[in-house]
Amino acid sequence: MKENREGIKGWLRPYKYGLPRFAYWLQRWTGVGLLVYFIAHVIETSNIVNGKIAWDKMLELTQTTQGHIILTLVIGMCVFHAANGVRLYFAEGGKGLGKAGRPEYPYNPLSLNNKMKACIWVSIALAALAMMYGASILFGE
Amino acid sequence: MSVNLKILRYSPKEGKRYDTFEVPYQRWTTVLDALLYVKAYVDHSLALRYSCRMASCGSCGMLINGKPRLACYTKISELNSNEIICEPLPNFPIIRDLATNFDRFFTNHKNMMPYIINEKTDRKMDDIHREFIQKPDEVEKYLQFSYCIKCGLCYAACPTTAMDKEFPGPQALAQMYRYMIDSRDQASRKRLEIIDNRHGIWRCHFAGSCSNVCPKGVDPALGIQLLRSYLLGFSKKGEEKAVLYISSH
Repeated sequence: MKENREGIKGWLRPYKYGLPRFAYWLQRWTGVGLLVYFIAHVIETSNIVNGKIAWDKMLELTQTTQGHIILTLVIGMCVFHAANGVRLYFAEGGKGLGKAGRPEYPYNPLSLNNKMKACIWVSIALAALAMMYGASILFGE
Repeated sequence: MSVNLKILRYSPKEGKRYDTFEVPYQRWTTVLDALLYVKAYVDHSLALRYSCRMASCGSCGMLINGKPRLACYTKISELNSNEIICEPLPNFPIIRDLATNFDRFFTNHKNMMPYIINEKTDRKMDDIHREFIQKPDEVEKYLQFSYCIKCGLCYAACPTTAMDKEFPGPQALAQMYRYMIDSRDQASRKRLEIIDNRHGIWRCHFAGSCSNVCPKGVDPALGIQLLRSYLLGFSKKGEEKAVLYISSH
């Protein structure tokens, strides 16, 4: 028999399963993105032990257009991950999902209710707003 | 009207390939009807599993145009496509063509102890008729989850199952909740211990895909989150127990 496990492809695909799956996909990618940023940030700030010149040189790297784009993305990732994380915290604790009952056709799942979907859209909107604000500060310098 | 049915064919000797068949269809033709047309008139060697043809047995689950669905419950006309791609359910080992092996899936289900555990019900005592009386609201807590037909669509859609072989999957976890919340059951703690590990319930990240594909409205994602709320201490199982009714024959 052939093992037919999807593997990493399974969570790389955000479509076909509705908005909550897209939110799951975004949550994972923003998590990975923030982890990469955290490591880069630690490497960057650790340069301070090499003296002022090395520190200023490293700081200059972030003061470029590419550096500002990356920081704007980090702001967006951070806000979405946090806001959607709060939603998940409550949902995974059984809050905001409704009560189990008799399923009736067309079987709209309670766990994927409008409250949950609204929270996802709010998280996306907050991230977009934060990115716009961050970009206006970074590029307005 | 006709549609192109592209079917993934697999045999251990020949490996994977896609075969395309042109199949006539009506407004009411289901994907299962189309597959059976191919099997009856074009290629008898096509392997697929089916039984009831009315979304009750859960045998004909497969990936239809990239999404797990029951072939008997999916009409060709609702897919709005000139090409229907049928593939075996992902996350299940393929036996041949569209037939997959459910051993691991059923083992996961059995591991959840899908039965009522109650000391007061000793089935050896045949001379005594025993039954539990439950209030409607006690029944409503688990009824939804008891409609599971074990079709495996949720297992195929779950991104965690795709990555973690030891994860029991949405079906098994939802069944765990079904028995845990039942007021007749006395083994809540024992049940929760089974899933409270690094490959257990904590691996669910609430993608909700299981509930999105469930053809019976079971909503496994709801069951899993409610189950987790008990483990996290956000919810407590009511003290109310089903009343035991005993009568002699």
